[in-house]
Amino acid sequence: MKQEARAPSEKRGGGQNTFSYYPGCALKSSAREYDISARLCCESLGIELRELADWTCCGASSAHATSDVLAVALPGKDLHAASEAGYPLVTACAMCFSRLKIAAHETADMATRTLAGDVSGNIVPVMHLLEVIDSRLASLVPNKGLAGLKVACFYGCLLVRPKAVAIDDAENPQVMDRLMRTIGAEPMPWAFKTECCGAGLPLARPDIVRRLSHRILLSAAAVGADCVAVACPECHANLDMHQAGMGGKHGGEVRVPVVYFTQLLGLSLGFSPYELHLDRHMVDPLPALSSKGLA
Amino acid sequence: MPSPVIPESRSPVSRFVIEHSGQNPARCYQCGKCTAGCPAAPDMDMGPRQVMRALQLGMGREVLSCNSIWVCLQCQTCSSRCPKEIDIAKVMESLRLMAILEGHPAAEKNIALFNEVFLDVVKRHGRAYELEMGALYNLRSGHPTANARILVELVAKGRLALLPPAVRGVAKVRRLFDEAEAARRRVGREVRG
Ligand code: SF4
Ligand code: SF4
Repeated sequence: MKQEARAPSEKRGGGQNTFSYYPGCALKSSAREYDISARLCCESLGIELRELADWTCCGASSAHATSDVLAVALPGKDLHAASEAGYPLVTACAMCFSRLKIAAHETADMATRTLAGDVSGNIVPVMHLLEVIDSRLASLVPNKGLAGLKVACFYGCLLVRPKAVAIDDAENPQVMDRLMRTIGAEPMPWAFKTECCGAGLPLARPDIVRRLSHRILLSAAAVGADCVAVACPECHANLDMHQAGMGGKHGGEVRVPVVYFTQLLGLSLGFSPYELHLDRHMVDPLPALSSKGLA
Repeated sequence: MPSPVIPESRSPVSRFVIEHSGQNPARCYQCGKCTAGCPAAPDMDMGPRQVMRALQLGMGREVLSCNSIWVCLQCQTCSSRCPKEIDIAKVMESLRLMAILEGHPAAEKNIALFNEVFLDVVKRHGRAYELEMGALYNLRSGHPTANARILVELVAKGRLALLPPAVRGVAKVRRLFDEAEAARRRVGREVRG
Protein backbone atom coordinates (compact mmCIF):
# COMPACT_ATOMS: atom_id res chain seq x y z
CA MET A 1 0.00 0.00 0.00
CA LYS A 2 1.45 3.33 -1.03
CA GLN A 3 0.08 5.24 1.90
CA GLU A 4 3.32 7.10 2.62
CA ALA A 5 3.71 8.25 -0.97
CA ARG A 6 0.36 9.90 -0.75
CA ALA A 7 0.46 13.60 -0.45
CA PRO A 8 -1.56 15.57 1.96
CA SER A 9 -5.30 15.92 1.85
CA GLU A 10 -4.90 18.46 -0.92
CA LYS A 11 -4.72 15.49 -3.29
CA ARG A 12 -7.87 13.82 -2.06
CA GLY A 13 -10.66 16.30 -1.70
CA GLY A 14 -11.91 19.49 -3.27
CA GLY A 15 -9.84 22.54 -3.94
CA GLN A 16 -6.98 20.83 -5.71
CA ASN A 17 -5.88 21.73 -9.20
CA THR A 18 -4.31 18.47 -10.31
CA PHE A 19 -6.31 15.45 -11.39
CA SER A 20 -5.66 12.08 -12.95
CA TYR A 21 -7.56 12.18 -16.23
CA TYR A 22 -9.32 9.17 -17.70
CA PRO A 23 -10.33 10.04 -21.28
CA GLY A 24 -12.01 6.70 -22.06
CA CYS A 25 -12.03 4.97 -25.44
CA ALA A 26 -14.64 7.10 -27.21
CA LEU A 27 -12.80 10.36 -26.50
CA LYS A 28 -9.76 8.93 -28.31
CA SER A 29 -11.79 8.17 -31.41
CA SER A 30 -15.28 9.27 -32.47
CA ALA A 31 -15.61 11.78 -29.61
CA ARG A 32 -12.23 13.46 -30.07
CA GLU A 33 -13.86 16.87 -30.04
CA TYR A 34 -14.98 16.24 -26.46
CA ASP A 35 -11.43 15.38 -25.36
CA ILE A 36 -9.96 18.36 -27.21
CA SER A 37 -12.49 20.86 -25.88
CA ALA A 38 -12.27 19.46 -22.33
CA ARG A 39 -8.50 19.83 -22.31
CA LEU A 40 -8.66 23.40 -23.68
CA CYS A 41 -11.21 24.43 -21.04
CA CYS A 42 -9.26 22.89 -18.18
CA GLU A 43 -6.02 24.48 -19.28
CA SER A 44 -7.69 27.83 -19.48
CA LEU A 45 -9.26 27.38 -16.02
CA GLY A 46 -6.01 26.29 -14.37
CA ILE A 47 -7.10 22.68 -13.92
CA GLU A 48 -4.23 20.30 -14.58
CA LEU A 49 -5.27 17.01 -16.20
CA ARG A 50 -2.64 14.28 -16.07
CA GLU A 51 -3.70 11.44 -18.34
CA LEU A 52 -3.66 8.23 -16.35
CA ALA A 53 -0.76 6.11 -17.62
CA ASP A 54 -1.80 2.98 -19.54
CA TRP A 55 -5.47 3.28 -18.70
CA THR A 56 -7.62 0.57 -20.21
CA CYS A 57 -11.32 0.26 -21.08
CA CYS A 58 -13.86 0.47 -18.23
CA GLY A 59 -15.88 -2.31 -19.91
CA ALA A 60 -18.82 0.02 -20.56
CA SER A 61 -22.31 -1.44 -20.73
CA SER A 62 -21.14 -4.65 -22.42
CA ALA A 63 -19.07 -5.86 -19.47
CA HIS A 64 -21.87 -4.88 -17.11
CA ALA A 65 -24.35 -6.83 -19.23
CA THR A 66 -22.19 -9.92 -19.42
CA SER A 67 -20.29 -10.55 -16.22
CA ASP A 68 -20.54 -8.95 -12.81
CA VAL A 69 -16.90 -9.87 -12.17
CA LEU A 70 -15.65 -8.14 -15.31
CA ALA A 71 -17.94 -5.16 -14.68
CA VAL A 72 -15.93 -4.35 -11.56
CA ALA A 73 -12.53 -5.83 -12.43
CA LEU A 74 -11.98 -3.72 -15.55
CA PRO A 75 -12.64 -0.31 -13.98
CA GLY A 76 -10.99 -1.68 -10.81
CA LYS A 77 -7.70 -1.93 -12.70
CA ASP A 78 -7.90 1.77 -13.59
CA LEU A 79 -8.94 2.73 -10.06
CA HIS A 80 -5.91 0.90 -8.79
CA ALA A 81 -3.64 2.89 -11.12
CA ALA A 82 -5.33 6.13 -10.08
CA SER A 83 -4.86 5.32 -6.42
CA GLU A 84 -1.14 4.79 -7.06
CA ALA A 85 -0.98 8.18 -8.76
CA GLY A 86 -2.76 9.69 -5.76
CA TYR A 87 -4.85 12.39 -7.46
CA PRO A 88 -8.63 12.42 -7.71
CA LEU A 89 -9.73 10.70 -10.91
CA VAL A 90 -11.74 12.80 -13.34
CA THR A 91 -13.42 11.74 -16.54
CA ALA A 92 -15.66 13.57 -18.98
CA CYS A 93 -17.45 10.43 -20.17
CA ALA A 94 -20.65 9.71 -18.25
CA MET A 95 -20.38 5.99 -18.99
CA CYS A 96 -16.78 5.71 -17.73
CA PHE A 97 -17.70 7.88 -14.75
CA SER A 98 -20.55 5.57 -13.82
CA ARG A 99 -18.55 2.34 -14.23
CA LEU A 100 -15.56 3.72 -12.30
CA LYS A 101 -17.60 5.17 -9.47
CA ILE A 102 -19.78 2.09 -9.10
CA ALA A 103 -16.64 -0.07 -9.06
CA ALA A 104 -15.20 2.15 -6.35
CA HIS A 105 -18.35 1.44 -4.32
CA GLU A 106 -18.24 -2.26 -4.93
CA THR A 107 -14.58 -3.00 -4.29
CA ALA A 108 -15.51 -3.70 -0.71
CA ASP A 109 -16.40 -7.11 -2.09
CA MET A 110 -13.45 -9.43 -1.38
CA ALA A 111 -13.71 -11.47 -4.58
CA THR A 112 -13.55 -8.48 -6.89
CA ARG A 113 -10.79 -6.94 -4.81
CA THR A 114 -8.53 -9.92 -5.38
CA LEU A 115 -9.19 -9.75 -9.09
CA ALA A 116 -8.70 -6.07 -9.56
CA GLY A 117 -5.79 -5.51 -7.24
CA ASP A 118 -6.15 -4.18 -3.77
CA VAL A 119 -7.77 -0.82 -4.19
CA SER A 120 -9.88 -0.78 -1.05
CA GLY A 121 -9.21 1.73 1.65
CA ASN A 122 -7.04 3.66 -0.75
CA ILE A 123 -9.48 4.77 -3.37
CA VAL A 124 -9.22 8.26 -4.77
CA PRO A 125 -12.47 10.14 -5.40
CA VAL A 126 -14.00 9.58 -8.84
CA MET A 127 -15.45 12.74 -10.37
CA HIS A 128 -17.16 13.81 -13.54
CA LEU A 129 -15.67 16.89 -15.18
CA LEU A 130 -18.95 18.76 -14.65
CA GLU A 131 -18.47 18.46 -10.89
CA VAL A 132 -14.92 19.79 -11.04
CA ILE A 133 -16.01 22.81 -13.08
CA ASP A 134 -19.10 23.34 -10.93
CA SER A 135 -16.88 23.66 -7.86
CA ARG A 136 -15.20 26.68 -9.50
CA LEU A 137 -18.18 28.56 -10.88
CA ALA A 138 -17.69 31.43 -8.45
CA SER A 139 -14.33 32.29 -10.02
CA LEU A 140 -15.32 31.58 -13.61
CA VAL A 141 -15.28 34.77 -15.66
CA PRO A 142 -16.21 34.27 -19.32
CA ASN A 143 -14.36 36.27 -21.98
CA LYS A 144 -17.37 36.26 -24.17
CA GLY A 145 -20.84 35.58 -22.80
CA LEU A 146 -23.10 33.38 -24.89
CA ALA A 147 -25.96 35.87 -24.70
CA GLY A 148 -29.14 34.79 -26.42
CA LEU A 149 -28.12 31.15 -26.85
CA LYS A 150 -30.93 28.87 -25.70
CA VAL A 151 -29.49 25.59 -24.48
CA ALA A 152 -31.33 22.38 -23.59
CA CYS A 153 -29.02 20.72 -21.05
CA PHE A 154 -29.24 16.96 -21.48
CA TYR A 155 -28.01 14.79 -18.60
CA GLY A 156 -29.23 11.36 -19.67
CA CYS A 157 -29.05 8.49 -17.21
CA LEU A 158 -25.62 7.86 -15.88
CA LEU A 159 -24.85 11.19 -14.24
CA VAL A 160 -28.01 11.13 -12.16
CA ARG A 161 -28.79 7.44 -11.56
CA PRO A 162 -28.37 5.30 -9.53
CA LYS A 163 -28.58 7.48 -6.45
CA ALA A 164 -25.46 6.02 -4.81
CA VAL A 165 -23.22 7.55 -7.48
CA ALA A 166 -25.39 10.40 -8.81
CA ILE A 167 -23.90 13.88 -9.12
CA ASP A 168 -27.29 15.61 -9.05
CA ASP A 169 -31.06 15.17 -8.74
CA ALA A 170 -32.53 12.36 -10.85
CA GLU A 171 -35.53 14.29 -12.16
CA ASN A 172 -34.44 17.92 -12.49
CA PRO A 173 -30.66 18.23 -12.26
CA GLN A 174 -29.12 21.69 -12.36
CA VAL A 175 -25.35 21.34 -12.49
CA MET A 176 -25.04 21.94 -16.26
CA ASP A 177 -27.81 24.55 -16.21
CA ARG A 178 -25.82 26.53 -13.61
CA LEU A 179 -22.73 26.45 -15.79
CA MET A 180 -24.72 27.63 -18.83
CA ARG A 181 -26.17 30.52 -16.84
CA THR A 182 -22.68 31.47 -15.62
CA ILE A 183 -21.37 31.72 -19.18
CA GLY A 184 -24.32 33.86 -20.23
CA ALA A 185 -26.40 31.27 -22.07
CA GLU A 186 -30.05 30.56 -21.34
CA PRO A 187 -30.68 27.03 -20.04
CA MET A 188 -34.20 26.00 -21.05
CA PRO A 189 -36.63 24.26 -18.73
CA TRP A 190 -37.68 21.06 -20.50
CA ALA A 191 -39.06 17.64 -19.74
CA PHE A 192 -36.51 15.24 -21.25
CA LYS A 193 -33.34 16.16 -19.35
CA THR A 194 -32.82 12.76 -17.80
CA GLU A 195 -34.47 10.47 -20.32
CA CYS A 196 -32.52 7.63 -21.91
CA CYS A 197 -31.07 8.15 -25.43
CA GLY A 198 -30.89 4.42 -26.19
CA ALA A 199 -27.46 3.87 -24.64
CA GLY A 200 -25.35 1.13 -26.21
CA LEU A 201 -27.94 -0.16 -28.67
CA PRO A 202 -27.25 1.85 -31.86
CA LEU A 203 -25.80 -1.15 -33.72
CA ALA A 204 -28.02 -3.94 -32.40
CA ARG A 205 -31.36 -2.07 -32.14
CA PRO A 206 -31.01 1.22 -34.03
CA ASP A 207 -34.82 1.45 -34.09
CA ILE A 208 -34.92 1.83 -30.31
CA VAL A 209 -32.15 4.43 -30.34
CA ARG A 210 -33.90 6.46 -33.02
CA ARG A 211 -37.25 6.30 -31.23
CA LEU A 212 -35.80 7.43 -27.89
CA SER A 213 -33.39 10.05 -29.21
CA HIS A 214 -36.03 11.44 -31.53
CA ARG A 215 -38.45 12.23 -28.72
CA ILE A 216 -35.66 13.90 -26.74
CA LEU A 217 -34.78 16.12 -29.71
CA LEU A 218 -38.46 16.93 -30.40
CA SER A 219 -38.83 18.04 -26.80
CA ALA A 220 -35.74 20.27 -27.05
CA ALA A 221 -37.02 21.76 -30.32
CA ALA A 222 -40.45 22.36 -28.80
CA VAL A 223 -39.03 24.67 -26.12
CA GLY A 224 -37.09 26.58 -28.77
CA ALA A 225 -33.58 25.39 -27.88
CA ASP A 226 -30.83 26.42 -30.32
CA CYS A 227 -28.85 23.34 -29.34
CA VAL A 228 -28.71 20.42 -26.94
CA ALA A 229 -25.65 20.27 -24.66
CA VAL A 230 -24.42 16.86 -23.50
CA ALA A 231 -21.78 15.47 -21.15
CA CYS A 232 -21.44 11.96 -22.60
CA PRO A 233 -20.04 10.65 -25.90
CA GLU A 234 -22.70 7.97 -26.13
CA CYS A 235 -25.55 10.48 -25.76
CA HIS A 236 -23.81 12.62 -28.36
CA ALA A 237 -23.48 9.79 -30.86
CA ASN A 238 -27.10 8.73 -30.46
CA LEU A 239 -28.54 12.24 -30.68
CA ASP A 240 -26.25 13.62 -33.39
CA MET A 241 -24.94 10.79 -35.59
CA HIS A 242 -28.27 9.03 -35.80
CA GLN A 243 -30.37 12.17 -36.19
CA ALA A 244 -30.48 11.97 -39.98
CA GLY A 245 -32.36 8.67 -39.76
CA MET A 246 -35.03 9.94 -37.37
CA GLY A 247 -38.56 11.08 -38.06
CA GLY A 248 -40.53 9.24 -40.70
CA LYS A 249 -43.16 7.04 -39.16
CA HIS A 250 -42.31 8.30 -35.69
CA GLY A 251 -43.35 11.85 -36.45
CA GLY A 252 -41.73 14.95 -37.85
CA GLU A 253 -38.17 15.47 -38.96
CA VAL A 254 -36.02 17.26 -36.50
CA ARG A 255 -32.79 19.26 -36.86
CA VAL A 256 -31.21 20.22 -33.55
CA PRO A 257 -27.45 20.59 -33.17
CA VAL A 258 -25.95 18.59 -30.32
CA VAL A 259 -22.74 19.87 -28.73
CA TYR A 260 -20.60 19.04 -25.72
CA PHE A 261 -20.92 21.37 -22.74
CA THR A 262 -17.14 21.85 -22.95
CA GLN A 263 -17.52 23.27 -26.47
CA LEU A 264 -19.91 25.95 -25.21
CA LEU A 265 -17.72 26.65 -22.20
CA GLY A 266 -14.71 26.85 -24.55
CA LEU A 267 -16.49 29.40 -26.76
CA SER A 268 -17.16 31.55 -23.72
CA LEU A 269 -13.49 31.29 -22.73
CA GLY A 270 -12.49 32.72 -26.09
CA PHE A 271 -11.59 29.66 -28.17
CA SER A 272 -12.76 29.58 -31.77
CA PRO A 273 -15.39 27.10 -32.99
CA TYR A 274 -12.67 25.44 -35.05
CA GLU A 275 -10.28 25.00 -32.14
CA LEU A 276 -13.18 23.36 -30.33
CA HIS A 277 -13.98 21.12 -33.32
CA LEU A 278 -17.52 22.49 -33.47
CA ASP A 279 -17.35 21.98 -37.25
CA ARG A 280 -17.02 18.19 -36.88
CA HIS A 281 -20.55 17.26 -35.84
CA MET A 282 -23.05 15.63 -38.16
CA VAL A 283 -25.72 18.26 -37.49
CA ASP A 284 -23.85 21.51 -38.03
CA PRO A 285 -24.16 23.82 -35.01
CA LEU A 286 -22.37 26.73 -36.75
CA PRO A 287 -25.47 28.33 -38.34
CA ALA A 288 -27.22 28.50 -34.96
CA LEU A 289 -24.09 29.85 -33.29
CA SER A 290 -23.39 32.45 -35.96
CA SER A 291 -26.97 33.69 -35.86
CA LYS A 292 -26.17 34.70 -32.26
CA GLY A 293 -22.83 36.21 -33.27
CA LEU A 294 -20.93 33.35 -31.64
CA ALA A 295 -19.23 31.83 -34.68
CA MET B 1 -44.01 -6.71 8.95
CA PRO B 2 -41.93 -9.38 7.26
CA SER B 3 -42.00 -9.38 3.48
CA PRO B 4 -43.95 -12.11 1.77
CA VAL B 5 -41.61 -14.70 0.35
CA ILE B 6 -41.86 -16.46 -2.98
CA PRO B 7 -42.24 -20.19 -2.33
CA GLU B 8 -38.73 -21.44 -3.08
CA SER B 9 -39.82 -24.66 -4.63
CA ARG B 10 -41.65 -22.71 -7.30
CA SER B 11 -38.66 -21.28 -9.08
CA PRO B 12 -34.90 -21.55 -8.98
CA VAL B 13 -34.84 -18.40 -11.11
CA SER B 14 -36.56 -16.38 -8.38
CA ARG B 15 -34.15 -17.85 -5.88
CA PHE B 16 -31.14 -16.81 -7.94
CA VAL B 17 -32.59 -13.32 -8.45
CA ILE B 18 -33.20 -12.82 -4.73
CA GLU B 19 -29.71 -14.00 -3.87
CA HIS B 20 -27.84 -12.20 -6.65
CA SER B 21 -29.68 -8.88 -6.68
CA GLY B 22 -30.52 -8.67 -2.99
CA GLN B 23 -34.04 -7.67 -4.10
CA ASN B 24 -37.21 -9.53 -3.29
CA PRO B 25 -39.77 -9.33 -6.13
CA ALA B 26 -42.48 -10.41 -3.66
CA ARG B 27 -42.43 -6.89 -2.24
CA CYS B 28 -43.69 -5.40 -5.52
CA TYR B 29 -47.33 -4.27 -5.21
CA GLN B 30 -47.80 -3.90 -8.97
CA CYS B 31 -48.36 -0.15 -9.13
CA GLY B 32 -46.81 0.00 -12.61
CA LYS B 33 -44.70 3.09 -12.05
CA CYS B 34 -41.62 1.26 -13.35
CA THR B 35 -43.23 0.39 -16.67
CA ALA B 36 -44.76 3.86 -17.02
CA GLY B 37 -41.30 5.43 -17.04
CA CYS B 38 -39.40 2.63 -18.78
CA PRO B 39 -38.05 3.92 -22.10
CA ALA B 40 -37.70 0.40 -23.50
CA ALA B 41 -41.14 -0.89 -22.43
CA PRO B 42 -42.73 -0.49 -25.89
CA ASP B 43 -40.06 -2.83 -27.26
CA MET B 44 -40.35 -5.42 -24.50
CA ASP B 45 -42.30 -8.69 -24.48
CA MET B 46 -43.18 -7.82 -20.91
CA GLY B 47 -42.53 -4.53 -19.16
CA PRO B 48 -40.70 -4.40 -15.83
CA ARG B 49 -43.94 -4.62 -13.82
CA GLN B 50 -44.90 -7.80 -15.66
CA VAL B 51 -41.43 -9.21 -15.10
CA MET B 52 -41.86 -8.65 -11.37
CA ARG B 53 -45.28 -10.31 -11.45
CA ALA B 54 -43.95 -13.29 -13.38
CA LEU B 55 -41.25 -13.75 -10.76
CA GLN B 56 -43.87 -13.60 -8.01
CA LEU B 57 -45.78 -16.35 -9.75
CA GLY B 58 -42.69 -18.49 -10.13
CA MET B 59 -42.64 -18.19 -13.92
CA GLY B 60 -38.85 -18.18 -14.09
CA ARG B 61 -38.52 -19.93 -17.44
CA GLU B 62 -40.80 -17.43 -19.19
CA VAL B 63 -38.80 -14.54 -17.81
CA LEU B 64 -35.48 -15.94 -19.00
CA SER B 65 -36.91 -16.32 -22.50
CA CYS B 66 -38.35 -12.81 -22.80
CA ASN B 67 -36.51 -10.11 -24.72
CA SER B 68 -37.00 -7.59 -21.90
CA ILE B 69 -33.87 -8.68 -20.06
CA TRP B 70 -31.85 -7.92 -23.21
CA VAL B 71 -33.37 -4.63 -24.34
CA CYS B 72 -33.29 -3.24 -20.79
CA LEU B 73 -31.01 -0.22 -21.16
CA GLN B 74 -29.96 -0.19 -17.51
CA CYS B 75 -31.13 3.42 -17.42
CA GLN B 76 -32.20 2.95 -13.77
CA THR B 77 -35.37 5.00 -14.18
CA CYS B 78 -37.48 2.21 -12.72
CA SER B 79 -35.23 1.77 -9.68
CA SER B 80 -35.07 5.47 -8.96
CA ARG B 81 -38.89 5.80 -9.00
CA CYS B 82 -40.18 2.59 -7.41
CA PRO B 83 -42.28 3.51 -4.35
CA LYS B 84 -41.21 0.23 -2.74
CA GLU B 85 -37.57 1.07 -3.40
CA ILE B 86 -37.00 -2.14 -5.30
CA ASP B 87 -33.92 -2.01 -7.52
CA ILE B 88 -35.70 -3.36 -10.60
CA ALA B 89 -32.74 -2.63 -12.90
CA LYS B 90 -30.65 -4.88 -10.69
CA VAL B 91 -33.30 -7.61 -11.01
CA MET B 92 -33.10 -7.25 -14.82
CA GLU B 93 -29.33 -7.50 -14.60
CA SER B 94 -29.52 -10.64 -12.45
CA LEU B 95 -31.94 -12.24 -14.89
CA ARG B 96 -29.69 -11.52 -17.85
CA LEU B 97 -26.67 -12.91 -16.02
CA MET B 98 -28.63 -16.01 -15.15
CA ALA B 99 -29.62 -16.48 -18.79
CA ILE B 100 -25.93 -16.20 -19.73
CA LEU B 101 -24.83 -18.55 -16.95
CA GLU B 102 -27.39 -21.11 -18.00
CA GLY B 103 -26.48 -20.80 -21.65
CA HIS B 104 -30.09 -19.80 -22.33
CA PRO B 105 -30.44 -18.57 -25.94
CA ALA B 106 -30.66 -14.77 -26.03
CA ALA B 107 -34.05 -13.49 -27.16
CA GLU B 108 -32.17 -10.57 -28.78
CA LYS B 109 -29.33 -12.19 -30.68
CA ASN B 110 -27.86 -8.96 -32.00
CA ILE B 111 -27.61 -7.37 -28.57
CA ALA B 112 -25.77 -10.42 -27.26
CA LEU B 113 -23.58 -10.38 -30.36
CA PHE B 114 -22.72 -6.72 -29.91
CA ASN B 115 -21.63 -7.29 -26.31
CA GLU B 116 -19.55 -10.25 -27.38
CA VAL B 117 -17.81 -8.31 -30.16
CA PHE B 118 -17.20 -5.32 -27.90
CA LEU B 119 -15.59 -7.45 -25.20
CA ASP B 120 -13.52 -9.47 -27.72
CA VAL B 121 -12.04 -6.25 -29.05
CA VAL B 122 -11.34 -4.88 -25.57
CA LYS B 123 -9.67 -8.13 -24.60
CA ARG B 124 -7.48 -7.94 -27.71
CA HIS B 125 -6.43 -4.30 -27.44
CA GLY B 126 -7.10 -3.25 -23.86
CA ARG B 127 -9.37 -0.51 -25.18
CA ALA B 128 -12.31 -0.24 -27.51
CA TYR B 129 -11.30 0.05 -31.17
CA GLU B 130 -14.43 1.40 -32.83
CA LEU B 131 -13.46 0.65 -36.41
CA GLU B 132 -12.81 -3.03 -35.71
CA MET B 133 -15.94 -3.32 -33.56
CA GLY B 134 -18.15 -1.88 -36.28
CA ALA B 135 -16.62 -4.09 -38.95
CA LEU B 136 -16.77 -7.29 -36.90
CA TYR B 137 -20.31 -6.61 -35.75
CA ASN B 138 -21.49 -5.92 -39.31
CA LEU B 139 -19.87 -9.07 -40.65
CA ARG B 140 -21.11 -11.34 -37.92
CA SER B 141 -24.64 -9.94 -37.90
CA GLY B 142 -24.89 -10.37 -41.67
CA HIS B 143 -25.28 -6.65 -42.47
CA PRO B 144 -21.88 -5.76 -43.90
CA THR B 145 -22.90 -2.31 -45.09
CA ALA B 146 -24.90 -1.15 -42.06
CA ASN B 147 -24.11 2.40 -40.95
CA ALA B 148 -21.90 2.98 -44.01
CA ARG B 149 -23.04 6.60 -44.24
CA ILE B 150 -22.03 7.31 -40.67
CA LEU B 151 -18.70 5.55 -41.08
CA VAL B 152 -17.80 7.52 -44.21
CA GLU B 153 -18.75 10.79 -42.56
CA LEU B 154 -16.76 10.01 -39.42
CA VAL B 155 -13.64 9.27 -41.45
CA ALA B 156 -14.16 12.41 -43.54
CA LYS B 157 -14.38 14.49 -40.38
CA GLY B 158 -11.27 12.91 -38.89
CA ARG B 159 -13.30 11.45 -36.08
CA LEU B 160 -12.42 7.77 -36.30
CA ALA B 161 -9.14 6.37 -35.06
CA LEU B 162 -7.91 4.25 -37.96
CA LEU B 163 -5.15 2.42 -36.11
CA PRO B 164 -5.80 0.13 -33.15
CA PRO B 165 -5.01 1.55 -29.70
CA ALA B 166 -1.55 0.63 -28.45
CA VAL B 167 -1.65 0.11 -24.70
CA ARG B 168 0.89 -1.30 -22.31
CA GLY B 169 -0.60 -3.68 -19.80
CA VAL B 170 -2.93 -5.53 -22.18
CA ALA B 171 -1.72 -8.77 -20.59
CA LYS B 172 -3.27 -7.69 -17.29
CA VAL B 173 -6.58 -6.98 -19.02
CA ARG B 174 -6.52 -10.41 -20.68
CA ARG B 175 -5.88 -12.00 -17.32
CA LEU B 176 -8.95 -10.27 -15.86
CA PHE B 177 -11.00 -11.61 -18.77
CA ASP B 178 -9.70 -15.13 -18.18
CA GLU B 179 -10.44 -14.96 -14.47
CA ALA B 180 -13.94 -13.63 -15.14
CA GLU B 181 -14.51 -16.46 -17.61
CA ALA B 182 -13.35 -19.02 -15.05
CA ALA B 183 -15.73 -17.50 -12.49
CA ARG B 184 -18.55 -17.66 -15.03
CA ARG B 185 -17.95 -21.36 -15.67
CA ARG B 186 -17.79 -22.10 -11.96
CA VAL B 187 -20.99 -20.24 -11.12
CA GLY B 188 -22.63 -21.62 -14.27
CA ARG B 189 -22.01 -25.17 -13.07
CA GLU B 190 -23.54 -24.32 -9.69
CA VAL B 191 -26.57 -22.68 -11.28
CA ARG B 192 -27.20 -25.64 -13.56
CA GLY B 193 -26.88 -27.89 -10.54
S1 SF4 C 1 -42.62 0.52 -9.41
FE1 SF4 C 1 -41.96 -0.99 -7.87
S2 SF4 C 1 -43.84 -1.57 -6.75
FE2 SF4 C 1 -44.47 -0.51 -8.62
S3 SF4 C 1 -44.82 -2.17 -10.11
FE3 SF4 C 1 -42.71 -1.49 -10.40
S4 SF4 C 1 -41.49 -2.84 -9.05
FE4 SF4 C 1 -43.63 -3.04 -8.41
S1 SF4 D 1 -33.45 0.02 -16.23
FE1 SF4 D 1 -34.35 -1.31 -17.81
S2 SF4 D 1 -36.34 -1.90 -16.98
FE2 SF4 D 1 -35.64 -0.15 -15.78
S3 SF4 D 1 -36.58 1.64 -16.77
FE3 SF4 D 1 -34.54 1.38 -17.67
S4 SF4 D 1 -34.84 0.11 -19.50
FE4 SF4 D 1 -36.70 -0.08 -18.22
